[in-house]
Amino acid sequence: MALDRWIALVFIVFCCAYGYLAFFTMDASLPPFMQRNPVWPSTFPKILSVMGAVVGLVVLLGLEKPNKDAEPSATEINYRRLHEYKLGQAVMLLSLMVIYALSLRPVGFLMSTTVFLVMSSAILGERKWHIMILVSVLATGFVWYLVQQVLGIFLRPFPFFMGV
Amino acid sequence: MLEGIMIGLEAAFSIQNLLMVVAGCLIGTFIGMLPGLGPMSIIAIMIPVAITLGDPAAALILLAGVYYGAIFGGSTSSILLNAPGVAGTVATSFDGYPMARKGQAGKALTIAAVASFAGGTIGAILLMIFAPALSSVALLFHSAEYFALMVVGLSAIAAFAGTGQVAKALMMTILGLILATVGEGALFSMPRFTMGLMDLQSGISFITLAMAMFALPEAIFLVLNPLRGSNGEGGSNKITGLRFSREEGRAILPVIGRQSVQGFFIGVLPGAGATIASFLGYAVERNLASAEEQKEFGKGSVKGLAAPETANNAACTGSFVPLLTLGIPGSGTTAILLGALIALNVTPGPRLMTDTPEIFWAVIISMFIGNLVLLVLNLPLIPYIAKILSIPRNYLIPFILFFTLMGAYIGQNNATELLMLVGLGVMATIFRFADYPLAPLLIGFILGTMLENNFARSMQLYRGFDFIIERPMTMGLLVLALFLVLLPSYRARRARKRAEGVADGD
Repeated sequence: MALDRWIALVFIVFCCAYGYLAFFTMDASLPPFMQRNPVWPSTFPKILSVMGAVVGLVVLLGLEKPNKDAEPSATEINYRRLHEYKLGQAVMLLSLMVIYALSLRPVGFLMSTTVFLVMSSAILGERKWHIMILVSVLATGFVWYLVQQVLGIFLRPFPFFMGV
Repeated sequence: MLEGIMIGLEAAFSIQNLLMVVAGCLIGTFIGMLPGLGPMSIIAIMIPVAITLGDPAAALILLAGVYYGAIFGGSTSSILLNAPGVAGTVATSFDGYPMARKGQAGKALTIAAVASFAGGTIGAILLMIFAPALSSVALLFHSAEYFALMVVGLSAIAAFAGTGQVAKALMMTILGLILATVGEGALFSMPRFTMGLMDLQSGISFITLAMAMFALPEAIFLVLNPLRGSNGEGGSNKITGLRFSREEGRAILPVIGRQSVQGFFIGVLPGAGATIASFLGYAVERNLASAEEQKEFGKGSVKGLAAPETANNAACTGSFVPLLTLGIPGSGTTAILLGALIALNVTPGPRLMTDTPEIFWAVIISMFIGNLVLLVLNLPLIPYIAKILSIPRNYLIPFILFFTLMGAYIGQNNATELLMLVGLGVMATIFRFADYPLAPLLIGFILGTMLENNFARSMQLYRGFDFIIERPMTMGLLVLALFLVLLPSYRARRARKRAEGVADGD
C-alpha cells in the first residue's frame, strides 16, 4: 500500500476518535441552558468527523483515479528514494530543535541559540569552527537585540541561576 | 474613489510606510531568491515582525512588499540558476534560463522586471476598479451566505488542486478545519479537544502552523537532498547589459497587455493563483505567436519570458480581491496575510473599505510604490543581491531553522509552541512525501473559525438547518460547491471512457 493511502487510513482512525469525542463525550458537560440552542459546540465537529471519514475513505479506496501522465520531477522529493537521502542529518537536526525548545527557558536565549547554530552547522558537515562560532555569536546577539530592544519581546538572555 | 485614493496616498506616503515598502521589497527579493523558500514561508517568517509594528496599514504594506519581492526574487533565481524558488516562477525559467546561458542574463532580468512591473501595476488598477464594486455586492451577504461562500472557496481550492488530487486536497482542508476547532471557540467559550492541556486552551497558533506547513518541510528537504535547489548547471553569474532593444520592447508590449488582464482574473479565482496564471499565460502566448516565433519559445524568447512574468505578478495582485472584499483568501499566501490581519485586529471583508478606508487604500497605493521600488531600486542591485546565491548551505539551513523557531516563539512566547512546531513540521513533511497539498490545510485552518461562527449564527437565526432551504443564494452556492468538487472526477471519467471508446474502435 502506498504512503498516501496509509495516511488516509490514519486520518480515518483520527476522524473516528475525533467523532467519538464529538458525538459521545462532549455534550455531557453542556450546561442545560445551552441545550436549548439549535447549535451546540459539538455540532460542527460532528459534521467534520463524518465528512473527514468519507473523504478519507475515498482516498483509501482509490476511488479517484490518479493522473497517470504526471511524472515525478527529478528535483521533487520522493519517499521511495528515502534511503538515498541524508535522513540521519534531518533526524539529528529535528532532535536538536526539540532540545533547543526544551533548553530555551532554563539555559537562556544567548547560550542556547549560539549552541544551536554551531551544532546544526556541525551536523551539516561544517568544520571551520572559528567562522561558525563567530557567525553564530554575532547572529545571536543581533537577533536578541532586535527582539528584546526593538520589538520589545522579553527573551531571558542568561541561564536561570543568573537572575533576570 | 478619488477621495479613497487621496486617503491612500496620504497614508502610504508617510515616511514609515515608504520605508516599509522598500524594506519589504528588499527582504522579499533577498529571501525569495534562496532556493526552497517561497513567498508563503517568507511571509510566515515576517509575520511576528509585522504584528509587533502594531499599525495594521504598515504591517500589511510590509507583508505585501515582501510578497512582490519574493515573486521577483524567485524569477531572478529561475533566470540565473534555473532553480525557481517559487512555483509561480517555474514558467519563467523556460525562456529566462536559456537567455542567461546565451549571456543575456542582464537583459532577461530587465525584461522580467519590466514585465512584473507592468503586470503588477495594471493588476493594481484593475483591483482599484473591481474591489469597491465587489465589496458593495458583498455587503448584501448574510452569515448564511458567508458560510456558503467559504464552503465554495474551500471546494474551489480543492477542485483546482489537479487531476487525482481533489480528494487529497479535500482531506487536507477538513484536517485544517478540525485543527481549527481545537481550543476555546468565540461563540461557546468552552474548551474543546484540548486533551486537558493548558497550552491548547487558546488553540493552535496559526504562525506555528504556517511555519510547520511550509518553512520547516522545505528546510528538511534541503537537508535530505543536497541537490535540491542547486539543480542549475552553474549558469553564468556575470550580469551585464541590462538594456533591451526597441524591437524587443515592441514585441513584448501586446504580451504584457494581454497577460496582465488574464493573469489578474485568474488570480481572483480562489485556488488558481500565480502558478496557474503563469503556465496558462505561457501557453496562450505560444499559441498566439507566429510560427517562426513559436520555434523561439523555450530557447530564449523574449515573449516567452514576458508572458509568465506579467501573468504571475498580475495574479498576485488579483488574489487580493477576494481577501480585501470578502475576507476569504484564495491562496495560501493571502490566507497567511488574512491571519496576520486578524492578529492585528482588522477583519478584512466588505466592511474594510467603509470602516478603515485608510488601510484598504494604503495597501493599493503601496502596490504601485512596491512595483516601482522593484523596478528602480532592485534591478540595479540585482548583481549584488545575487551574491546571496553563493551562501553555503551549511550556514543557510541552520538559520532557516532558527528563524522558523523564533517566529513560532515570538508569536506565543511559549516554549511548548516550539515542540508543536517540530511535531507539526514532521507531519507536514510526511504529507509532502505522500504528495498531499498543504495549502488547503492552512486555508481550512484559517477559515475554520469564521466558517463555524457563520454556520452557528445562521443555525441560531433560523433555528436549525432551514437556512439552507430558505435562502436561495445559500442553496445555490452550496450546490455550486458540490458541483466544483465533483466536476474534476466527472471530467476525468468521461475522458477515460472516451479513450477506451477509441481503443475499442481500433
